[in-house]
This record gives sequence, C-alpha cells and structure tokens, in this order.
Amino acid sequence: MCRIRAFEGQSERAYRSGLAGGYLHVYNGMEATAIGWLSSIQPGDPVITAYRDHGHALYLGCDALECMAEIMGRATGLSKGKGGSMHLYSKEHNFYGGWGIVGGHTALGVGLAFGTKYRGGNEVTHCFLGDGAANAGVLYEVMNMASLWDLPVIFIIENNEFAMGTRLEYHAADPELHKRAEGFNMEHERIDGMDVLQVRKHAKRIIEKVRKTHRPYFLEIMNYRFAGHGAADNDQSLYRTPEEVERAKQRDPILLLGKHLTENGIASEAELEAIQREAEEEMEAVYEAAAAQPKPEPDAVYADVYTDMEPERGH
Amino acid sequence: MPTLTYREALRQSIVEEIERDEDVFLIGEDIGRYQGTFRVTQGLFERFKQKRVLDTPISEPGIVGIATGAAMMGLRPIVEMMTMSFSILALDQIINHAAKVHYMSGGQFSVPMVIRGPGGAANQLSAQHSHSLEGWYAHVPGLKVVAPSTPADVYGMLKTSVRDDNPVIFTENPGLYGIKGEIPEDTNYLVPFGQAAVRHEGTDISLIGYSRMAHVCMEVAEALDQEGVSAEVIDVRSLVPLDTETIFGSVRKTHRAVVVYEDWRNGGYGAEIVARIQESCFDDLDAPVGRVGGLNVPMPYARNLELLCIPNKDDALAVARATLG
Ligand SMILES: Cc1ncc(C[n+]2csc(CCOP(=O)(O)OP(=O)(O)O)c2C)c(N)n1
Ligand SMILES: [Mg+2]
Repeated sequence: MCRIRAFEGQSERAYRSGLAGGYLHVYNGMEATAIGWLSSIQPGDPVITAYRDHGHALYLGCDALECMAEIMGRATGLSKGKGGSMHLYSKEHNFYGGWGIVGGHTALGVGLAFGTKYRGGNEVTHCFLGDGAANAGVLYEVMNMASLWDLPVIFIIENNEFAMGTRLEYHAADPELHKRAEGFNMEHERIDGMDVLQVRKHAKRIIEKVRKTHRPYFLEIMNYRFAGHGAADNDQSLYRTPEEVERAKQRDPILLLGKHLTENGIASEAELEAIQREAEEEMEAVYEAAAAQPKPEPDAVYADVYTDMEPERGH
Repeated sequence: MPTLTYREALRQSIVEEIERDEDVFLIGEDIGRYQGTFRVTQGLFERFKQKRVLDTPISEPGIVGIATGAAMMGLRPIVEMMTMSFSILALDQIINHAAKVHYMSGGQFSVPMVIRGPGGAANQLSAQHSHSLEGWYAHVPGLKVVAPSTPADVYGMLKTSVRDDNPVIFTENPGLYGIKGEIPEDTNYLVPFGQAAVRHEGTDISLIGYSRMAHVCMEVAEALDQEGVSAEVIDVRSLVPLDTETIFGSVRKTHRAVVVYEDWRNGGYGAEIVARIQESCFDDLDAPVGRVGGLNVPMPYARNLELLCIPNKDDALAVARATLG
C-alpha cells in the first residue's frame, strides 16, 4: 500500500511538472481494495479494470519503472508510450488493462471468463469497475450472459462514492449497487474496502466459491477516493467538503493496517515509518529513472496498429 | 460587439436559447453540479435548476434515446457528450433511431435535438478519447452536421441548431474553447447551415477546412503570403448541408485546392469534399486536389507521437506547395 501511495505521489508530480499529460487518475484511499483482493487471487487469473489502474498494475507485479515510463509517454513504458496512465497492460501478469471508456471493459471481463470456460480452465476473472461504470448498459447485458452461461467472473465495484463530480446519490436510483445482481440470479454483497485484512478475508471466501461453482459473483466494495477524480479535477468543492475528505481519511487504509500491526505487536511505529520511507525513496528513484527514459521514435507511431501490416503512412 | 471566448459564446448562446424557449433543456454527464467537464455549462445549473440542466448517470445510449423520445414529443434537448468519443456508445440511438424516424414515419415525427461536445484530439488523451467523428455522422442521411471554428459561429450556429427540427451533430474542438472573438449583440443571430465562410480571399489556391483545421488553413495562408502566393481560405463550418457553391466558386477562381481535416485520412469527411471538387471542377483544376488528414493510427499517448498525428501548418503547407507545383 505504501508503494502504491508513494508511486501515486510521483505520478502526480509527473503531471504537475508536465512530464505526464492527458488524464491521470490516482488510487489514493482505495489501495486496500486492489491489494486485499489481488493478494487472494491465483497466478493465471485474468484481471481487468478501468483507467484508475496504477494500483492494480503495480500489485500484480508490473515493474514500477515501466509503469512510470508509460505515464511519462516513454518508449520503454509498459505500453511503449502508446497508452499512458489510463492504458497500462501486461500480458505477462495477466493484466488485461487499463480502459478509458467507462463500463466498456466489463464486457471484455466476461469474455475472459468465457475463454476460461471454453478452454476448460480453472481461472477466475476479476473484473473491477467504478460505481459510475455500474450505470453503463453493457454491464447488464453481460451480467445476464455471465449468469446464464455460468461464467467464472467476479464483478468488483469499487464504490468510491463518486463518478467524477457526481455523487452516488445523484447517479444511482438505489445506492446499494450490489442489489442490481438480484435480477440476474447472481450472488451479491457489499463489503468495506478500507480495511485490507477484511477485504482479503472476503476475497478468499468469494474467490474460492466462484472457482468451485463457476458462478459469477457481484461484489460492491465501499472505499473512498482521497484525491480529485483526475489530476485535472481542480475544484472538488463542487461535489464534496474538505471535512468529508478528512473524515474519510481517518479510515485511511494505510493508517488502519498500521494500527492493527502496532496494536498487535507485529510491527513498531519505527518499522512502519521505515517501510514508508523506503517506498518513498524507491518511487523517487523510479521517477528520476523514468524521466531519463527515451521518447518513442517517430516511426513507432505506425507500429502495432495491426499485427501483420502497417497502415498507410502520411497525412 | 462583446469579445468572448469560444466557450463563453457557446454558453451564452445556450443560455439565450433556454430563456427563449421553454422546451429547450440540457442533458448530460456532469453538466450541472460539476459545471461541465470543459466548463461550457458553468453556472447554468444554479440558474436554471434541475428541470432545464439535467445531470445524468454515465449512460450515453440511454441519454440519447431519452432525448430522442422527448424530442419526438416536441421538446428540444441539447445533449452534451462529455467528449464526442463517448457518442460512439450511443451510435445505435443516433443512427438507427434519431436519424431515421422522420423518414420511417413518413414525416410524422421529427427529432429537434442537438448533440454537442468536443471532438478531436485534446492533449494526450490517447486512443479512446481523441476521435473526430464528424465524417461518420455526415455519412448518415437524416443528421445535420456542423463544426464551427470561431466564437461568432459557435454562438450563431448553436442557435440555428436548437431551432432546427432535425437532429444536429454539433462538434466543437477542445483546442478552440479558449480562443477569443467578437460576437454580435443579437439574441437571434443565426448562422445559416450550408454556408461556408471565406476567411481570407486569394487567387492562387483554395485552402478548405473546418473546425480547428480552418485555423491551420489560415496559418498556411499567412505563410504562403510571405512567399508571394495568394491563398483563399474557406471555412466549411457546415458539413451537412455542404455549401458546394462557395467551394466550387473558389476553386474555379484559383484552379488549385487543398482540403485539410483532423480526422483519420482514410475515408474522412475531407475525402468527400475532395471527391465533390473533382466531380464538378475537373476542368478547372491545374493540379490534383491536395488532401491533408490525420495519420491513420489510433491516437498515441506520447506527446511527440500525438503531435505527429494531428495535421499542423507544416504538414498542410507541404501539401499546398506540392499542389502549387
Ligand atoms: C462512456 C464514457 N462516458 C464518460 C466518460 C468520462 N468519465 C471518465 S471517468 C468518469 C467517472 C467514472 O466514475 P467511476 O466509474 O465511479 O470510477 P472512478 O473514477 O470513481 O474510479 C467519467 C464520467 C468516459 N470515460 N466514458
Ligand atoms: Mg467512482
């Protein structure tokens, strides 16, 4: 969690300094969800998410330097500088992205589970999405098919209570999003996403069940985003108060885990500080190293449009 | 005449249309409480309340479908697409439903709806957020398509769009929101569709573009001017209907033409303009019609690659010089 938090500090720095552009969405406050969940998956399980993807990529084992290089649009980035912050992908880590069109990737998630079933595999697909994405129509088409065809996919709504500047209560007819699975004959529940150990416990139980039954599952994890929607979101007063953010920060996942560790004598304050410092130093070095990476060669613009040919060149 | 930014001119036009006609309302994502992602609708929610400025969930097909149904009953929705790239989700509603019902119902129903939002590349928004889709829409019978490039045009064309009884695709460009210009003091200032604007008169070559590329054409004209070449710049501004009279008239005068568009080069709307010119002005041409479009690749994230993709002055100037021979 400290590594992800520190990474995000550096990615915001990259944005501020102009080394990163476009849309950049940090994961601050939501770390316990990706970590609690992904620490419970099996190697080979496909993972897919939207554009708030740095935390998932890092925890799945993607190299922090390659992630940062991608965010800075460098040739050595995870996606060779073609995708940027929103479009991290790593085939090596079964990380299927990294998607910018809200809700669109949920269909792909079900497709991944379809692939598993077709091949007779035992993998479970973990499909993360936002509370805002839960309003995309395509989600309901694929939930129906996932249930109809017994596809091993877990939809994990990361409900951080906002879709950009729109609060949950203004975008959802019933703010308990998990209930929407009812009509699809799919098991569903809502859990707290700020306590990483709790998330992990639930994850183990649910993933085990899905792996056994091959039935889809619809989970809503309640977390909170501490930062703005994206790096360009410069007026949060339009949708929330500083007090609300402060209140949420009292349940900062890093803080909660730290408390647990110290109160149970597992780690000392000093050790926790050392972990934090180490993470910060690591990511500072990552920032510097990424900033020194080469930009893509102009010719790269034509690469990877097709697998086997180039598009017609020129204007 | 007041000087406003493109964004302000657009907002003022919307405000005046809301005030003029109580059937006009806005619908879209984050347009109300959040003031609009590109701040076009800033202040409108407070002023006109929820009835006229409706925040929606992220449900583009639903939004456009609801607006279409409401329009069939006579309301006049202005739909904001946060970016035109998201209108791809609503293509079925736009193309299969909104664009067709007037024809399919033998003229009984019409859809007085405007779908507006930024189209084209902004700054490193990469492949899923940078589309120029006006060519797709211009392909569909039943849709009108406009792409204003100046504050005065965005002001006058929005009004024309709202008052039009057909679905209108109104594409802005994120690069234009900040540009300034004078707008007329006339709440009924209507820029008619199907009238191109001659931005710069010339005799040696016609440079034809719309939206941001109209400005690129102006830059090229200035550069050519330094070389003693007199270029005429035509801002198409209305794609459907298209003002072929002005375009052909210019080409018949200059005998050379270059068409510039930001969309992918292959099959973009510029290709249509090129085809029309050669169909109707073949004997007037002293050289093949030049064409400059965006590179045929998904928009890359890295800034240096992105800049390669979007046609700029130098790209267009090179083609103009080749066309001049
Ligand atoms: C189809 C589509 N519509 C609109 C957008 C613009 N947009 C990007 S993120 C976002 C909010 C999504 O909220 P949520 O799903 O809750 O994810 P979070 O940002 O909270 O992680 C919106 C409206 C988009 N990317 N795609
Ligand atoms: Mg959210």
